[in-house]
Amino acid sequence: MNTTNTKVQNQEPSSRRLVMSMAIAGFISGVIIIAIYVLTFDTIKENKARELREAVFKVLPDLSHMQKLHFQDNKLVIVKSDGMDDEMIFSGYDKDDNFVGYAIQGKAPGFQDTVHILFGYLVSNSTITGMQVLDSRETPGLGDKIFKDMDFVNEFVNLPMTKNIKAVKKGTKTHDNEIDAITGATISSKVVVKIINQSFNKWSTRLPQQGNEPALELQETKVNQQ
Amino acid sequence: MKNHHLKKKDPNLLLQSAPLLRQELTTPAAMKDVWIALLPATAASLWFFGLSALLIILTSIAGAILTEWVFTDKEKRRFAISDTSAGLTGLLIALTLPPGLPLWMVFLGGCVSIGLGKVVWGGLGSNIFNPALLGRAFLLGTFPIAMTTWGAAGGPGEFFQIHSSNLALPFMQAQVDSMGAATPLGLMKFEQQGTALWSLFTGNTAGSIGETSALFLLLGGIYLLLRRGIDWRIPVAIFSTAALFSLIMFLTDGDKYPSPLFTLFSGGLLLGAFFMATDPVTSPLTPKGCWIFGIGIGFLVVLIRLFGGLPEGMLYAILLMNAATPLIDRYTQPRIFGRQG
Amino acid sequence: MATDVSAYEEMIKGLWRDNPVFVQVLGMCPMLAVTNSAINAVVMGLATFFVLVGSSFLVSSFKTFIPKQVRISLYIIIIATFVTVVDYSLLAILPAIHKELGAFIPLIVANCMILGRQEAFASKHNVKYAVMDAVGMSGGFLIAMLALGSVREILGVGALFGVDLFGSNFEPWVIMILPPGGFLTLGLLLLFFNWFTERRRQFLIKVADADRVLAVEKVDAQGVKDNG
Repeated sequence: MNTTNTKVQNQEPSSRRLVMSMAIAGFISGVIIIAIYVLTFDTIKENKARELREAVFKVLPDLSHMQKLHFQDNKLVIVKSDGMDDEMIFSGYDKDDNFVGYAIQGKAPGFQDTVHILFGYLVSNSTITGMQVLDSRETPGLGDKIFKDMDFVNEFVNLPMTKNIKAVKKGTKTHDNEIDAITGATISSKVVVKIINQSFNKWSTRLPQQGNEPALELQETKVNQQ
Repeated sequence: MKNHHLKKKDPNLLLQSAPLLRQELTTPAAMKDVWIALLPATAASLWFFGLSALLIILTSIAGAILTEWVFTDKEKRRFAISDTSAGLTGLLIALTLPPGLPLWMVFLGGCVSIGLGKVVWGGLGSNIFNPALLGRAFLLGTFPIAMTTWGAAGGPGEFFQIHSSNLALPFMQAQVDSMGAATPLGLMKFEQQGTALWSLFTGNTAGSIGETSALFLLLGGIYLLLRRGIDWRIPVAIFSTAALFSLIMFLTDGDKYPSPLFTLFSGGLLLGAFFMATDPVTSPLTPKGCWIFGIGIGFLVVLIRLFGGLPEGMLYAILLMNAATPLIDRYTQPRIFGRQG
Repeated sequence: MATDVSAYEEMIKGLWRDNPVFVQVLGMCPMLAVTNSAINAVVMGLATFFVLVGSSFLVSSFKTFIPKQVRISLYIIIIATFVTVVDYSLLAILPAIHKELGAFIPLIVANCMILGRQEAFASKHNVKYAVMDAVGMSGGFLIAMLALGSVREILGVGALFGVDLFGSNFEPWVIMILPPGGFLTLGLLLLFFNWFTERRRQFLIKVADADRVLAVEKVDAQGVKDNG
């Protein structure tokens, strides 16, 4: 009895050793993770910024520069942060630094998960100049046509935004403010339209008077089209 | 009530299968009644959808029988085909398909309903889900657009007009031949538009080839009930629950929700209630279980139709209750005499 | 100890005989979730390859220092470190694919195949065999991922690695790129794998029988000759 007990105790390593081994492993692992984080940080940041920039340049025509605007204290403030929240929009400028239009973002629950889109808006003649889906998990093959079906995407180019737009069954478009929905993806099409209406109504009152647009201060230059 | 039940000689008591383990069905004779009962509905599908319907039915049966033949042991093959259950599954799935569906999809549906609906479970009598409905569910998930493109019903004058989309090459898309028509349920759901009850009753509407004619489905269903080929409790439970639920909804808002008669005669409710839900393999064994099963289907179908994303809910209502069948059987076993429950 | 088995065999067994997916049915979460296109499947397979080989190497190298009582925690720390490395590298190098694979890259930690190999093999064998075993196992996993991803992409989109196979008129099988398609394809592949293995076993038995008959005949003939 006594002998077996001591044997077991001999095999059992001290708790100090157990804690030490865990601590050392955790420390090494932490160092490696910090190293890889530092190594990849700039590239990841650059990727995200480029993705957003490309989207803004796609929805507004003839852009050369853009800057981020944040709506706080009832006015638009130019910011240079990496984060993005719902109160943020983008203003685009042509090669002579003249104001072109705004790129407005918005999100709403789609068929499966939140759909996040960006659209360009020209204040001068109240038209939407283009629409890009930033993020979505819509059904592959059906719902993802909201960004894969070019016929649908192109409906948002030069779309007059005098009143709220409306999605109608494909082929039954009769008015300027109607959008032909995608066959088999009616819900996803309607979500896109809904987001645009929502964000447009939210921002139309917030945007400064025409002619008072924020001037270009912090410029993010055009993406290299390679 | 309980005591009366024991004293009274209820003839229905003799008709129930014993609450024992499931046995494999061995009687092709039971199948013969179902074939006969489906004749009126099949004839109606030919009347309204012409040669297209005939091609769909033949292709689907061919796919089902071929699959059964390929996956059955050599010694059992002759028996397996001659009990006609595979062919019957083929006919049933054909009746739930739209008239313009490309034939290669129909063939695939026949193969899937037997392959995934029956053979992988261990053959006739071992499957959980109704094979024909499983095949239709697969097709609906795989080709959602083709499966919801409906052609309008014609008459005998257009018998030889085949939908050009029927003849699409394998794996290729169908050419859209004409403006698609909407089914009564689709019209109701998306356009808030009713359909005349008389059209629903005779079957002169758009829809799956075998589901449109309430009259001919009722004829076949009543024949089956008279022959006692199916348990009367299941269709009765489905009809009364669906009618009651839709009546309640109709009374709350008559403009938005359809009348109970529309609910009963539109879509696949009659076809499903008589021929799919009553499949002895995938429905409960006990009388009480049959009531629960039927009430569940009736409730789910109206729930899906009125509040779901799809206009028709019969397919998923039956499949869901199929999944619940083993559980229902377990909780509705009669108490053994003399024991506390 | 596996000193009598060659390292080569340790590798080969993971590819076919003990395939982690088709035989052990492990690692089902990434198997079903990210195989909706061949490229996603391959990237996921390669990420798993890197994590498994790396952790098997470390676990086997340090097996004498790892106290038995906390071994699982230590394995998880090692695996999680490799997974984080993969996660950030993918985010930097292939952001588009990282977006598609999403949460499933961090979830490699929870892939039971990886922890299973540490516990069952790497912690008991020396480095050479442990690495060969890891290469074989993750190779087998990659093959299975590729098979599933290819079938689903070909039927679901009509393309392979993004290259169109059937032209624009192809009717996509939508279900194949949705979750049910993953279950269906995996089930059918398992069916095929088992059918093939059974056929092969029957064939080998037949060959063995024929050999025995031949041998017996030979002996008989020899006996007759001797007698004569």
